[in-house]
Amino acid sequence: MVDATPRADDIIPPAEVPELELYHPKSWWTTYVFSQDAKVIAIQYAGTAIAIGLVALVLSWLMRLQLGFPGTFSFITPEAYYQFVTMHGMIMVIYLLTALFLGGFGNYLIPLMVGARDMVFPYVNMLSYWVYLLAVLVLVASFFASGGPTGAGWTLYPPQAILSGTPGGQSWGIILMLVSLIIFIIGFTMGGLNYVVTVIQGRTRGMTLMRMPLTVWGIFTATVMALLAFPALFVACVMMLFDRVLGTSFFMPALVEMGQQLSYGGGSPILFQHLFWFFGHPEVYIVALPAFGIVSDLISTHARKNIFGYRMMVWAIVVIGALSFIVWAHHMYVSGMHPWFGFFFATTTLIIAIPTAIKVYNWVLTLWRGDIHLTVPMLFALAFIVTFVNGGLTGLFLGNVVVDVPLSDTMFVVAHFHMVMGVAPILVIFGAIYHWYPKMTGRMLDERMGRFHFWVTFVGAYAIFFPMHYVGLVGVPRRYPELGDSAFIPASVHDLNAFITIAALIVGFAQMVFLFNIFWSLRHGKEAGPNPWRATSLEWQTPTTPPPHGNWGDERPVVYRWAYDYSVPDAPQDFIPQNDPWPQKVPAARQA
Amino acid sequence: MAETTLNGFGAKAARESGLRGVAADWASDQRAFKSASWGKAMMWIFLLSDTFIFSCFLLGYMTVRMSTVEPWPNTSEVFALHIGETNFPLLLIAIMTFVLISSSGTMALAVNYAYRRNRAVTIVFLLCTAVLGATFVGMQAFEWTKLITEGVRPWSNPWGAPQFGATFFMITGFHGTHVTFGVIFLLIVAYKVWRGHYDRGERGFFTSRRGDYEHVEIMGLYWHFVDLVWVFIFAFFYLW
Ligand code: HEM
Ligand SMILES: [Cu+2]
Repeated sequence: MVDATPRADDIIPPAEVPELELYHPKSWWTTYVFSQDAKVIAIQYAGTAIAIGLVALVLSWLMRLQLGFPGTFSFITPEAYYQFVTMHGMIMVIYLLTALFLGGFGNYLIPLMVGARDMVFPYVNMLSYWVYLLAVLVLVASFFASGGPTGAGWTLYPPQAILSGTPGGQSWGIILMLVSLIIFIIGFTMGGLNYVVTVIQGRTRGMTLMRMPLTVWGIFTATVMALLAFPALFVACVMMLFDRVLGTSFFMPALVEMGQQLSYGGGSPILFQHLFWFFGHPEVYIVALPAFGIVSDLISTHARKNIFGYRMMVWAIVVIGALSFIVWAHHMYVSGMHPWFGFFFATTTLIIAIPTAIKVYNWVLTLWRGDIHLTVPMLFALAFIVTFVNGGLTGLFLGNVVVDVPLSDTMFVVAHFHMVMGVAPILVIFGAIYHWYPKMTGRMLDERMGRFHFWVTFVGAYAIFFPMHYVGLVGVPRRYPELGDSAFIPASVHDLNAFITIAALIVGFAQMVFLFNIFWSLRHGKEAGPNPWRATSLEWQTPTTPPPHGNWGDERPVVYRWAYDYSVPDAPQDFIPQNDPWPQKVPAARQA
Repeated sequence: MAETTLNGFGAKAARESGLRGVAADWASDQRAFKSASWGKAMMWIFLLSDTFIFSCFLLGYMTVRMSTVEPWPNTSEVFALHIGETNFPLLLIAIMTFVLISSSGTMALAVNYAYRRNRAVTIVFLLCTAVLGATFVGMQAFEWTKLITEGVRPWSNPWGAPQFGATFFMITGFHGTHVTFGVIFLLIVAYKVWRGHYDRGERGFFTSRRGDYEHVEIMGLYWHFVDLVWVFIFAFFYLW
């Protein structure tokens, strides 16, 4: 066990991290709108991300309606379908998940969990949100631009992305998408630098890196990765923008379109794929690592047991983060790569399974003989483990070149990544909201609505995505608006498609219960008190709930132990907060 | 509120040296880089991220240089200056590089004098750096104009692969933007030194954070980085 009890000779060093001089808001505007308080910024980020996420949800309904009942909805033309697919994918991955995990949970939890008063540069942090909002607005604008949003697929592969055959390719769609991504990256960088520096340089006394809750480790590592991965996307976007607007040929080979020779020539479409996936694969872990971290904390708290193998968990996060930079080309097995490269990337891909499996084992071992409370957050955390394992297993299939080649671009891939990076992280987000909502508002979310929401979402997600594996295995390609009478497609696929659509609609509407719960509980939720889950980490030990600007009142907390002292024998309670010096008396250990 | 020694120069506790010291710092509480302030740490991490951007640009350039089917223009001719009767290959670029590298020297001097609290000399060197930087940008503008009048466009040029113009304008433009921002911030820092903001710890406009002479050093980190990047652009684009 790590740092379980402070030793008698443990001395907490004197403060070397200065007090943050907070900017104290003077008006309503600077308190609630242009706020520099990370907690307000977090809520702004989360609110915006969820709002745009709802758009993506509606788009998924439209797609499912078309797939389930082809020909019924005349307004869903093939072009419209491509646009829905593209915007759905991009919004979900970037504008919802990335923004919510890093901008939302990162902002809320990092300063509280490491015992800081705020992010190190609150003003830049505030700018980050407003730039993000601008990116979202530009994205939304593309829905209203002439020609509509881009339909290039969320991967935006050239040359098709900027040709006239693709919706938005020769109109505003693709331009607005690229500009929005560039703005997003700029905004994210402002926030990301803050999160990283706050973790490495802004911790409170006694908070060593190896005492941080895994949530912080997950978000921190993901942010570092994002700061190194987004540059590739940034460059790809700039180059494609030039190809589209200036007529350069970075990604464009010589082309004949509708019998006409285009003025492009000599560019490399594969270059785009490399840049995109050098960003794209780490991106998968940028949304997965925060989820890993959060889920570890949920499980430990709600099973009243210390996390199993804390050190291993930390190293697994870091190793996964590092490895994920050398696997990107497993998304390009069918791009005509040299087989040796395929071999290399398949190997690195499969190696990632090791630290990932370690994490799964450790979660299970944490649960083992724990005092499991099936609270709503715990239900979501457990559902995450199951779902993640599920998606991880199909990942092993797709990681192998020979298996991937026939499965590539089928609904099997769609099922795989929805399990592993769609459903799994979303389940964690729900769990985390149920878990931390009491800290943010002082009230509990309604339990009964929560359970209803959980079961419909969990069972429904499997109803949607399990059959999709089969649909993919029989060869139904992805991004096809309709299947027609292709002979190789058995009748069962059509029935399943209708079934999936109905399930998707039900799951979608269940989310409205969740939204209602959030607003309803603001007023009518049960009073939560400061620490309803009896958790150890610092955010639950704030003097006031919800924590005010500056978080800690007069004095920042001093940390004596790791975040996982649950059910310690002989302790007065079944949890010992991180700032509790038990078994020592306070003043003795505080001496510098 | 505790006395703020943000820059860490006050914190000089005996620390182990070498790898043991590194391990001890990372195992400690509060902060991992014991002598770096928040601002400095943030600048370093930003520069790391920016390194990835420039690397991607350069790798992209190398890739299209390989993928294009037309010959690459001969850079020593394209970038030659025609003076009198003779062509001087890469003359302008040599001068630009010299100017920029010199500006790194003046920047380092500015940092040194800033820590000695010698405001007058600091300002002189900051302004020198800014002038050299502006000269660099000016010469870059001259070079762009020259190439544009000779018919180089992002989508074509008279001598061969159209990717030549595309990568040239993109990469030097992105770098030139960095230099331009650097010059603007140099002027701001110089102004703040002149007005004594760093002596009084006046709050910055953007960060609302107290000023400190360390800001000159942070400015320097950025400036040296921009110079370093130029060395790579020079080597990969002009010399290759
Ligand atoms: C209610 C839940 C969801 C449903 C019903 C759903 C449905 C779909 C459908 C039908 C497609 C298009 C398949 C095709 O024709 O190729 C799709 C694509 C996609 N979805 Fe979802 N989805 C959901 C949630 C998510 C989430 C949470 C994510 C976040 C990672 C996500 C990410 C994507 C991506 C990246 C694509 C690929 C877009 C492309 O091919 O360009 N989806 N989804
Ligand atoms: Cu991948």
